[in-house]
Amino acid sequence: MHPAFSVIFLTTLIGAGQGLFLALFTVESYAAFGLLPPQASGFYAIGSAMAVLLMALGLVASFFHLGRPERAWRAAAQWRTSWLSREVIVLPAFTGAAFLYGVAHWSGVNPVLATLPSGTPVNITAMLGVAGTVLAFALYICTGMIYACLKFLREWHTPLTVINYILLGGASGFTLAAALAGHFAPEVMPVLAGWALIITLLGLVGRTASLFRNARLKPKSTLQTAIGIKHPKIVQKTMGLMGGSFNTREFFHGRSAAWLRGVKWLFLLAAFAVPAGLLAVGLSRSAGSALTLAFVIQYLGLMAERWFFFAQANHPQNLYYQSVA
Amino acid sequence: MTQLALVIDLNVCVGCHACVTNCKEWNTFGAAGPMVDQNPYGKDPTGTFFNRVQTFEVGEFPNTETVHFPKSCLHCEEPPCVPVCPTGASYKRKEDGIVLVDYDKCIGCKYCSWACPYGAREIDEQQKVMKKCTLCVDRIYDATMTAEERRPACVRACPTSARLFGDIHDPDSEVSQAIREAGGYQLMPEWGTSPANHYLPRRKTKLRIREDELERADNPLKIDQQLPKPGKAEPSLDDVTSW
Repeated sequence: MHPAFSVIFLTTLIGAGQGLFLALFTVESYAAFGLLPPQASGFYAIGSAMAVLLMALGLVASFFHLGRPERAWRAAAQWRTSWLSREVIVLPAFTGAAFLYGVAHWSGVNPVLATLPSGTPVNITAMLGVAGTVLAFALYICTGMIYACLKFLREWHTPLTVINYILLGGASGFTLAAALAGHFAPEVMPVLAGWALIITLLGLVGRTASLFRNARLKPKSTLQTAIGIKHPKIVQKTMGLMGGSFNTREFFHGRSAAWLRGVKWLFLLAAFAVPAGLLAVGLSRSAGSALTLAFVIQYLGLMAERWFFFAQANHPQNLYYQSVA
Repeated sequence: MTQLALVIDLNVCVGCHACVTNCKEWNTFGAAGPMVDQNPYGKDPTGTFFNRVQTFEVGEFPNTETVHFPKSCLHCEEPPCVPVCPTGASYKRKEDGIVLVDYDKCIGCKYCSWACPYGAREIDEQQKVMKKCTLCVDRIYDATMTAEERRPACVRACPTSARLFGDIHDPDSEVSQAIREAGGYQLMPEWGTSPANHYLPRRKTKLRIREDELERADNPLKIDQQLPKPGKAEPSLDDVTSW
C-alpha cells in the first residue's frame, strides 16, 4: 500500500492522545486508592487539554485523507457494518469525555457522587475517567479493526494489529504523560515513566511478533488464481495502460526493499529502543528533559512504524498491475 | 432473485480494447458525470476507467499462449467493498445484484478500494469520488432503447462476442448455460467473494479430418467398379469444352 501521511498523522496522534488520557486516569485511580499522593487539578487539566489537542490534530489530519471532506458527517451512518464508521463515532465521543474530564478538574466542580463500600469516594471525574477509559479502548479497537478486518491484506488480518495499536498508542501516551509529570507533578513521574517503559517494551514484543509473522506469510492469491489459468509460468505483458492509474498509485509504496528494511530498523530503534533507554535514564535520575526527548523520539519512531505498517501490506490487486507496455 | 453479470470468454477475446473505449465513451457522457482524464495528451496520460484489458503470456517460449484479459468490477455476490463503506454510498442492489456507488454520498475515503481484492475501483481525481463499473445500469433499463441496445456498452462493442450479459441465477439464461457448458469460473475464489462475473477458459480447438472423410471408402460407385465419367484424372468439363 502507499502510505498516506494523513492516516499516519491521524493514527499516531490519536493513539498518543488516548494513551495520555489513560495515563492521567491511572494517576487519579492510584491517588483515589491512596497509592499516590493526590495531585493538583492543574496537572489533570493540562494533560486533558493536551489529549484533546492531540485528538483534534488527528481529526484535522484525517480530513486530508478525504476526497470530499465537506461530506464527512455522512461517515457516521454505517456503524452497523463499518469499523471506519464506528471510529468516526467513537473518536468525538472519547474526545468529548476527555474534554469534560479536563473541564471538571480545571473548574474544580467535582462533587462526590457515591462512595464505594471501602470508603473510597467516587467523584464526577472518576465517572468521566471510567467512561473515557472505555471509549479510549473502544477507539483503539476501532482503529485497529479498520485494518485487521480486511482479510486479504494478510499483513494486517491478525489480532496483533489491534493489540499493537493499543500498545503503541499507550506507550507514546504514557511517555508523554511522564514528560508532563516531569514538569508539573514530579512525585507521580516515576509511576508514569515506569508504566511507559513497561508498555514500550510490551509494544516492542507485540510489534516484533507481527514482524516475524508477516515475514513468514505465503501469499494466498497468485497470478494463477487472479486470472484463473492453472499454469505455473504466467507473465503479465501489459496492464492495459501506460501512464499509471489509481491502482498503480494507491497500492504501491514505490520504494526499494532496502529502503523498507532501513525504515524497519529505524522504527525499532526510535519507537522502542531509544525511548526505553531515555525512560530508564529519566526514571533513575528524575530527569524531565530525558522524558521529553523520549516522547519526541518515540513519536517520530511511531510515524516511521506506521509508514512501514502501510508499506508492508501487499494488496492482491497488485497482481494485476505488474507490467507496463 | 436476479444477479446480472458479464461472462467473458477468454478463448475469444482478441484484446482489441473496443470494450474499454466504448465503456469510457458511454459512461463519460452518462448522468453521473464525466470520467475525467489527467494529462490526456501529455507524456503520462491517466484517468478513470471502468474496464481495462490486460495481456498475459502463459507458458514458456516457444510453447506460449497470449491471453487477453478484460477486467472490470465483478459485482460480487458477497461484495467486501460494501460493508466497509462508512457512508452507505457503496451498495448492492437487491433487485438485480449490481454493485453501485452513490456519487452524491461518497466522501472519497478510498476504504472500499482497499477492501476490493480485484482493484476494480478507481477514484475520480477531479470529482474525488470512487467510481466503478455500473453494468451500464443507465442503459439496460432504458425503455426508449431497443432490446438489442439494452445491453452494457462493452458487450455491444465486442466484435468477437467474447462478452455475454445476463442473469446468472436464471439456469436457462445464455450466461448460465455458457458457465455450465464451457467451464466458467470465478477470479480469486480463495476470498469467498463469489464474483458474479465469470470467465470462460481457453480451449484447444483442433480439427481432426480422416482420409475416409475426404473420399468415402464405401462409395457404391467404387464397389461396382463403375467409376464416374470422366474419371477423376480426366480434364473437367471446363477444360474440354471450348465453346
